[in-house]
Amino acid sequence: MLRLVASGPGPEAAIRLEGVSLNRGGRRVLDDLHLAIPARGITAIMGPNGAGKSLSLRVMAGLIRPDEGAVLPANDLTGRQDIALVFQKPVLLRRSVRANLRHALAVYGVPRRARRERLGELLDFGRLASIADAPARALSGGEQQRVAMVRALAARPKLLLLDEPTASLDPQATAAIETLILNTAHSGTAVVIVTHDRGQAGRLADHIRFVHKGSLAEAAPAAQFLLAQKSPEAQAYLAGKLLL
Amino acid sequence: MQSFGDAFAAAFGLIVGLDADLIEIVGLSLSVTLSATFFACLLGFPLGAVLAVGRFPMRGVLTVLVNALMGLPPVVVGLVVYLMLSRAGPMGALGLLYTPTAMIVAQTILVTPIVAALTRQIVADLDVEYHETLRSMGAGAGARIQTLLWDGRFALMTAALAGMGRALAEVGAVMIVGGNIDHVTRVMTTAIALETSRGELALALGLGIVLMVLSLALNALVMGARVSAARLAHA
Repeated sequence: MLRLVASGPGPEAAIRLEGVSLNRGGRRVLDDLHLAIPARGITAIMGPNGAGKSLSLRVMAGLIRPDEGAVLPANDLTGRQDIALVFQKPVLLRRSVRANLRHALAVYGVPRRARRERLGELLDFGRLASIADAPARALSGGEQQRVAMVRALAARPKLLLLDEPTASLDPQATAAIETLILNTAHSGTAVVIVTHDRGQAGRLADHIRFVHKGSLAEAAPAAQFLLAQKSPEAQAYLAGKLLL
Repeated sequence: MQSFGDAFAAAFGLIVGLDADLIEIVGLSLSVTLSATFFACLLGFPLGAVLAVGRFPMRGVLTVLVNALMGLPPVVVGLVVYLMLSRAGPMGALGLLYTPTAMIVAQTILVTPIVAALTRQIVADLDVEYHETLRSMGAGAGARIQTLLWDGRFALMTAALAGMGRALAEVGAVMIVGGNIDHVTRVMTTAIALETSRGELALALGLGIVLMVLSLALNALVMGARVSAARLAHA
């Protein structure tokens, strides 16, 4: 049974999934998942394909209602816009970069007179000023992902969820996204990133959550996890073995 | 009855010489059609968008109804509007029968389902792509509809032009509610019908040529809008 949120996720957690289960197409894709996301720093969710990483992000973002369990955001994550999600394949509007950001500011309810200044801040933050007037959908994959990230930050979310933001990007574009992620985390926003890339987890993450078959297999500080994994699933995954 | 050649020559003479009657008829046609298309878009865009993204009872029935009304016979629309606006009708007091306003009303009724049905399809297709993104941003129904309509603007232009094409070529409804009164409600299609029946082929042909050119121009506009959308990478 789904329990409704009332008491918050407990200390030090931005959001907590408590016994979350989800069935899709007759398959249990999330299975009694207990997952706590620290309120500070960058948390990487790792795991093999089909483990339920992206689904757990969607559950946290409120896009999917779990069949069982509870989603417990921190007490200060009460508004819809306190949690922002960036998809692996971002969908930008058929407008310029500037117009995409302006649209986001309007949807997020930023007062009209404050939008101009905030828009400038966002363009600077994402180093997008030089492409501000370019049609967003004509940009490279890396630039589009940067625009999507900055758009998500327009609402000043307290928790930013990133679903494999650098998948299929070249190293230069990946570096630009990673810089943006680090800057976002430094500004005080808790960041969750789904990644398959051990190197990326090492470069960015403070915490690791390893998910396998819809359940949490291991949770540890990143340095500790990357040095020595406790769960046999994580050991096998990082050893490059196929997890069946 | 004139010969074919004479009729064509006379028709071109009327066009090149900017014949006053011809210009007046073309002007009224465009004015009625553009007004009807404008009002049909005003009603059809939001109606189509609501049908595309809204979740409410009878939505399926309404969608089927709007799609079915795309093939609404103009004479039936003309008859209904006539009954509404005739002296004994519920809106007879307005005195609109046999005026360009009545023609605009009839054409708006005729074109709105076309615009709404095409809008519904365009917005529904776009919503498949945008749905999760807009939901994740917390966009409400109003913001979603506004976003989808704006981002589908080039495709919606096609819907508007399709509606305009229908209005421009329509004869039955405007004939019934307009009465084809010279210098008052005579438009291209009704004038062509009348002049042909009277054997006055020159004006009929002249108007026919103008009508064809306008139709071609409409199609060129549609193609131009699509090409420019693709070039700007907005599509």
